[in-house]
Amino acid sequence: MAEWRRPCHLRAGILCYNQLKNLIAYRDHDSYDILTHMIRFVLAILAFIHFLCLPFEISARTVTDSAGREVDVPDNIKRVYAAGPPASVLIYVLAHEKLTGWPRAPRSYERPYIAGPFRDLPETGRLTGRGDTANLEVVLRTRPDLIVDFGSVKDTYISLANAVQEQTGIPYILMDGRFENTPRALRLMGDILGAKKRSETLAKYVENLFSDLDEALIRIKESNRPRVYLARGPAGLETGLKGSINTEIIERAGGRNVADPGPGAKRRGIVQTSIEQVIVANPDTIITWDRNFYDQVRNSPLWSDIDAVKRRRVYLSPTAPFGWIDRPPSINRIFGLKWLASLFYPELFNIDLTMETRNFYKLFYHVELTDNELDGLIKWANGQN
Amino acid sequence: MGERTKLIHSHIKLSAKQAIVLLGIFVVLLAVTATLIGPYPLSLGEVLAAFSRYILGETDPANSKINTVLFSVRIPRIAAALLVGAALSAAGTVYQGLFRNPLVSPDILGVSAGAGLGAALGIFLSLPIVAIQGFAFAGGMATVTLVYMVAIAVRGHEPTLVLVLAGVVVGSLAGACISLLKILADPYDQLPAIIFWLLGSLASIKSNDVWSAAPVVLLGLIPLVLLRWRMNLMTLGDEEAMALGIDPKRLRVLFIASATLITASVVAISGVVGWVGLVMPHIARLTVGPNFDRLLPTAMLMGAGYMLIVDTVARTMVETETPLGILTAFVGAPVFLWLLASGRRSW
Repeated sequence: MAEWRRPCHLRAGILCYNQLKNLIAYRDHDSYDILTHMIRFVLAILAFIHFLCLPFEISARTVTDSAGREVDVPDNIKRVYAAGPPASVLIYVLAHEKLTGWPRAPRSYERPYIAGPFRDLPETGRLTGRGDTANLEVVLRTRPDLIVDFGSVKDTYISLANAVQEQTGIPYILMDGRFENTPRALRLMGDILGAKKRSETLAKYVENLFSDLDEALIRIKESNRPRVYLARGPAGLETGLKGSINTEIIERAGGRNVADPGPGAKRRGIVQTSIEQVIVANPDTIITWDRNFYDQVRNSPLWSDIDAVKRRRVYLSPTAPFGWIDRPPSINRIFGLKWLASLFYPELFNIDLTMETRNFYKLFYHVELTDNELDGLIKWANGQN
Repeated sequence: MGERTKLIHSHIKLSAKQAIVLLGIFVVLLAVTATLIGPYPLSLGEVLAAFSRYILGETDPANSKINTVLFSVRIPRIAAALLVGAALSAAGTVYQGLFRNPLVSPDILGVSAGAGLGAALGIFLSLPIVAIQGFAFAGGMATVTLVYMVAIAVRGHEPTLVLVLAGVVVGSLAGACISLLKILADPYDQLPAIIFWLLGSLASIKSNDVWSAAPVVLLGLIPLVLLRWRMNLMTLGDEEAMALGIDPKRLRVLFIASATLITASVVAISGVVGWVGLVMPHIARLTVGPNFDRLLPTAMLMGAGYMLIVDTVARTMVETETPLGILTAFVGAPVFLWLLASGRRSW
């Protein structure tokens, strides 16, 4: 829509300009005719009005994204290209019918947890984040009305958004993917996609969860909060530093990330660590989504002295259709937040995991889980095979 | 003139033996010091007490954490650093002699690229660590075998030249396959794991790793030690070696197989660690001369000590791990350039 709006706008402007030019040119002409003059004058006025009114007639709007970029978006958006996995989850939960494809096609074990036809959407690559695999022609071939990126709002991504928008003529919205911003992101995106009612429902769910947590956690002293280590990679020796988007769920759920580089540190990403450092940090809780690590950590003599292992507080996060605690860092973490809080503070957040899972998957992921599928997820979260 | 040569010769011979002994003492001291350094604070007294308990066979549940840190974490890691450094230097010494070129590293025939491909595939398939190490070892061995077969198939050129070229080609092909796997890998957990593996690290070393790699390294070292004087003849070139009554082709296969076995087995547990196998044999040659008899132990001791220093820095410099490949490059690259500029070649 954006493509034809501009030429039309331009055409009206040119028409108006030509009529005015004719008026001036013919004023002193010999064969000057009062009737022609009148007609030209009226045409010029009409063209001018048309020119003025056009933007309102086409009814596109300007929205301000998280980076403060003003983007003209059409009113009726039918197809949305997700620039990365986090954006695909955001679009999927809000308006799954508008998603043009997955940055990475769902794996066989993820497919049952994605609603009907949407699990078969094509793989369209990613424009943003780790490893750019999208081809702009592929982006254009999916004919999106809008490109959305959900995640970090850094200069790199702002310049990428500007460049892609200029190159393709497709409006590109950059949304802040931080946890705290979730309700606002849901509402803004819902507004843009014309899914206001749904976005309000989802944003309310998130806000209620956030406020429940805040209310309960305010009484818990910092020193009484669990000391959590996020184990990534097959050896469990990759982790996310405190403050990175991959670990903010730990603090939000009332835990303390043991991989804390201190307040002044600039590095906030995924790092490698050693078992000695983990022993020194001595976390009382370990969370992971790596099955290999989870299976071996409980029998490994190296890890046996760590409090979390001694107290059997090592937890495996399911990753279907999306990870519960990360992977990608998007709306999917909301359920992980609920789950983690119940693991960190079982007496404060006593949830019925089966029921909560069923509800969340229905509300957010549009799937009615069968008893078998639900049982699979619960067993997964309990570390059983 | 003749007297002077003899004098220099005897001087070198004496200092070579001394150098090896001194190096050995230095490495042992380094290893002892390294047991005291680490993120987990352990005092000399605690370490000595733990050792005496260990020797006396006492078990003390109150100190189980100290025991874990010392015997399951730190000492295996120190042993691994020594093993990796010594093995890569030994392999580098062999390759540099075989190709009669001081700018040759153990990676010349693609063993690291092949091991990297194997490991990346293992990570991509979400296999357990042991399987990833197995894949890395198999990948390294298979790549060098392929390179050697290509070199045999291409006739009519100088054999070492063909080997090097085949190594470059097959190695870069393996590199391309690694890149392909990186693109296909899950960006959230597999991709960082592949990248960390390719940078090399001893962070996840367990004593099992050392116990499984060390025998293979020893197996590869046996022919090198037994045939050490023949290695000297190999450095003269094929024609002269043949004139002296040895079969350079068969020896070359044996030496390449040994050096590859050594490299692949340590790369499988440490990931790709560059520069050690390139720079250490060279410095050793400058110190004790080109005689393989003394060159091999000197290079191995230097490599072991250097690797131990680098790994100790890697695990203590900042609160997180610094990949070994980065540190060895920062030290190795300037030294290498200096060697290149000083332009010394001696065999």
